[in-house]
Amino acid sequence: MSDLIEVKSLSKRFGAIVAVDDVSFTVPRGVVMGFLGPNGAGKSTTMRVITGYLPPTAGTARVLGHDIQKEPVEVKRRIGFLPEGAPLYGDMTVLSFLEFIAEIRQLAGSKAKQRIAYSIERMGLQQVLYQRVETLSKGFKRRVGFAQAILHDPDVLILDEPTDGLDPNQKHHVRELIRELGKSKAIIISTHILEEVDAVCDRAVIIDGGRVVSNGTPADLHARSRMHNSVVIRVRADSAPKAAKLLRSLNNVIGVETGSQVNGNISLAVVPRDGRFIADEVGLAIRQNAIEVDEIHTEVGKLDEVFRQLTVGNEQAVLR
Amino acid sequence: MKNVWIITKRELGAYFATPLAYVFIVIFLAGAGAVTFFIGNFFARRQADLQSFFGFHPWLFLVLIPAVGMRLWAEERKTGTIELLMTLPVTTGEAVVGKFLAAWLFTGIALALTFPIWISVNYLGDPDNGVILASYVGSFLMAGALLALASCLSALTRNQVIAFVIGAAASFLFLMSGLDLVLGLFRGWAPAYVVDMVSSLSFLTHFQTIADGVLPLPAIIFFISMIAVCLFINAQIVELKKAS
Repeated sequence: MSDLIEVKSLSKRFGAIVAVDDVSFTVPRGVVMGFLGPNGAGKSTTMRVITGYLPPTAGTARVLGHDIQKEPVEVKRRIGFLPEGAPLYGDMTVLSFLEFIAEIRQLAGSKAKQRIAYSIERMGLQQVLYQRVETLSKGFKRRVGFAQAILHDPDVLILDEPTDGLDPNQKHHVRELIRELGKSKAIIISTHILEEVDAVCDRAVIIDGGRVVSNGTPADLHARSRMHNSVVIRVRADSAPKAAKLLRSLNNVIGVETGSQVNGNISLAVVPRDGRFIADEVGLAIRQNAIEVDEIHTEVGKLDEVFRQLTVGNEQAVLR
Repeated sequence: MKNVWIITKRELGAYFATPLAYVFIVIFLAGAGAVTFFIGNFFARRQADLQSFFGFHPWLFLVLIPAVGMRLWAEERKTGTIELLMTLPVTTGEAVVGKFLAAWLFTGIALALTFPIWISVNYLGDPDNGVILASYVGSFLMAGALLALASCLSALTRNQVIAFVIGAAASFLFLMSGLDLVLGLFRGWAPAYVVDMVSSLSFLTHFQTIADGVLPLPAIIFFISMIAVCLFINAQIVELKKAS
């Protein structure tokens, strides 16, 4: 059994509102899955169903072969969960909170001590151990929530916006940790920071309006971008029209987009036909025509563009 | 069972982590003393018993018990920690019982701290300590039933003030349901057995028999089944309200 998390035709309705609609995916060991979608797309609800907090309306999910409806406690035992906003018992000190979690996770004696020490060390909580959680900064609270989730060394980690509210250093640190843990666990992280997908995820599932609209690797997503393999060059503003005209005439180019003028320079994005690789062709044309170029690079594709493309229908409906 | 105790320990710690515990204990002790001596005329009665002490417990509890119970679930829902708690490997039942026990133990501690009055009455005369013990047990049981009611109602809202107000109102109805004030509401239209049923739910009637010095089995069964029913409903409400 390689799929540690199996979600099968999962639906969740709140009265007339369909929050999650027939969602299926699996996450094997060693995979970090990014769960993307606009706000209100059903990410948190799906996570709450998998962690056994909410019962599904239809369909089911299994964690290490245990059904969330039939054996909820077994499922909860195997999951480390960081809920959205990392809610914590504010009246406890960091250490007593972690001790409480260890105890209820059935860790005892030296094993508990060792795991608590590991979590404290990994999340850098040494200097706040005896502070009450409510007095901590947002970043520290998030780290305590993270420490709580990894405390029992679970096979499955479900993290609802784990880097939300962290500064860039902390984000980097948390992403490294997720990468590292992801080698031996199955991890789902929800996020709407698209760079995070490239930074940590092996797979990305995008949901919109409760439905899965895309399920693939980050590279697949990049490839879906119109800008995939496009070549961006920066030229002096006065030579821009000439360069654009020249590049537009190339065989595998369907268009050239002109950016705005910055410091006397203009960026031109050369968009290829069907995502073909055109860097050498563009380079050759530039050299032959002796166009002075400040910079030249190939785009892998813009994730935010793909994201909008896949989810924008819903957004417009909301705006209307 | 182990999980229940772990949750109870955490909850009990939470009471003492905030000023609530100390405010409650001080007010309870001061209130109990004041009513016993000034309204209950402890000295003027010239009797070595604690009737004037226990007789006012229902009225003290009416205000103070909902204050202890209001935070149990309302706070959990307000801060979102309910999502943390209910995704730990515990059942809803264990969480409900664990939290209730913490609140009950806490009131037990407050009740135990009234021991100076027991010492006083033993110093002043020769009271029937069996009766006093029975009254303490009865008072503790009644506190438990009111707490279970307050805990159950606190699961309905994420606002502690609302939890307190409806808790106090419900406690009042249950305390008074043996009196004409409440029974009159039913007499006009309900059949006699309904009126009898409502009247048999009266905490005050059951507690009175206890305060008089006997600890009758029906009263014990009444309070314990009241606790069981309220906690069962409490668990159902927690399950239902998780979604919202």
